[in-house]
Amino acid sequence: QKVSVEVLDHLEHLALVDFRDSEGVERLQKAIQFADQLHEVNTDGVEPMDSVLEDRCLYLREDDVTEGNCTKELLENARQKVEEYFVAPPGNIPLPKLEERETFLHGS
Amino acid sequence: LALWVPVVGLEIHAQISSNSKLFSGSQVQFAAPPNSLVSFFDASLPGTLPVLNRRCVEAAVMTGLALNCSINKKSLFDRKHYFYADLPAGYQITQQRVPIAVNGSLSYSLCVDNKMSQMVTKTVRIKQIQLEQDSGKSLHDDTRSQTLVDLNRAGVGLMEVVMEPDMCCGEEAAAAVRELQLILQTLGSSQAVMAEGQLRVDANVSVHHPGEPYGVRTEVKNINSIRFLAKAIDYEIQRQIEELENGGTILNETRAFDSKLGCTVPMRDKEGKQDYRFMPEPNLPPLILYDAKSLPANMNHQQVINIDWIHERLPDLPSVKRKKLVERYGILPEHSFTLLNEDGLAEFFESVVKRTQMKPKKVIGWILNDLLSYLKQHSLTVKESPVSSFLLADLLNLLEKKEISSTAAKQVLAELWKGEGKTPLEIVKEQKLELLQDQKELEQICQAVIDAQENQ
Repeated sequence: QKVSVEVLDHLEHLALVDFRDSEGVERLQKAIQFADQLHEVNTDGVEPMDSVLEDRCLYLREDDVTEGNCTKELLENARQKVEEYFVAPPGNIPLPKLEERETFLHGS
Repeated sequence: LALWVPVVGLEIHAQISSNSKLFSGSQVQFAAPPNSLVSFFDASLPGTLPVLNRRCVEAAVMTGLALNCSINKKSLFDRKHYFYADLPAGYQITQQRVPIAVNGSLSYSLCVDNKMSQMVTKTVRIKQIQLEQDSGKSLHDDTRSQTLVDLNRAGVGLMEVVMEPDMCCGEEAAAAVRELQLILQTLGSSQAVMAEGQLRVDANVSVHHPGEPYGVRTEVKNINSIRFLAKAIDYEIQRQIEELENGGTILNETRAFDSKLGCTVPMRDKEGKQDYRFMPEPNLPPLILYDAKSLPANMNHQQVINIDWIHERLPDLPSVKRKKLVERYGILPEHSFTLLNEDGLAEFFESVVKRTQMKPKKVIGWILNDLLSYLKQHSLTVKESPVSSFLLADLLNLLEKKEISSTAAKQVLAELWKGEGKTPLEIVKEQKLELLQDQKELEQICQAVIDAQENQ
């Protein structure tokens, strides 16, 4: 089963990944096939495990102020800043629609 | 005329009242210099990890208990992914699969036909309460086509309270939110001041014909006060009805409430239905809570949250406080609502009652009719009142002992209001407002008046 162009386009929008070429898509297909092997196992009535940490104790921190006050340091990472604010574009710039962008996905 | 049934559900975000943030040790404070209350974790710098704040968990448990919820002894954290400039990690840590509390209820009261004397009690089901992170703040600078981002709020703990669509209009939603606000403030789990963004409400609105399936719902955001909440919901209900009656359709969209125009408008940045790609938060094990029965024997106290211990220490909720006021003082239920609705007023009332011989049923009139209207006229809170409970009690004692008439008492109150530091007795003497009790003196005055008349 191949992953459809619609799904690939959807993923590129959501995650802003770039499958770039057929090799990237092939890698994705192989990863899905690999994971699909899990369906071979009968998991009826088995509680799913989503973390190997499930038996660990979740550490609870006391409600004390111990960090912050490092505006200057943080802003060193900013490409652009205005009076101690980070500067960002006016809104999300969505990936152009499939028809409107140059991507190898057209060919597949 | 076709009958329409409006359906209203609410998603409420309450900022947790805590010193530090949900997963980091930076401070929680309103209106601080931009990006001064931001830790490396809040800024999502690589190599940082979330560490859960105990106080935030306690706040959520208290709130869940106060709303009659079942507390999940095991709850999980998830990542909700979306891109926005004020969400540096590209995801929000929330509780999507198993939240901390579920299946509760909230009772609230409404006046029938705007008459305070006829109140009905309604209930709204609470679907769940979840712990989640707040995002930073975006300031839109349209002139320079840019957004300024302040991460001070990023990572602050939130309790999201989801109310089932059991409400049918703006008035019900407003009353439910008001009661929730009072409960949160009583618990101290959130200060719930809407003006400071500590309580944010999104409304889900749809309409349908009785007996038919629910209609398409819209989400209404950007509501900044309880008054606007009622307005926004009622406007949206009307808009949907008109749209449908004109043969149009309702889009499943997000709309913003424009308070200046009093209407809802489609929100720009929402590109179709969001796919948040929820996944378990890999850096946090499940959150385990205990009760008296399941308390582990050899665990550090500081690491254990005992639901029963918290339950025993819950303060009286507003509904209980009102009942006690009515029972103890013989005042009317609607009076108890007004007393609790104004911060500090119930305490003021009780303080006066303690210091005067006047019956509470009479005192309440002075509190609600005279004191409260003065406060409202001058936009003052009870704490800011120039007339303290001691002064008012002194005044009411003079009245009760029949040393002055009630008209005179009102005059004295007006004078006390100036806050010049005079006592009621001093004002009475100054303005010669004492009631004459001496029979002979009264006769003399009456005789003098009659004589003066005869002489004309």
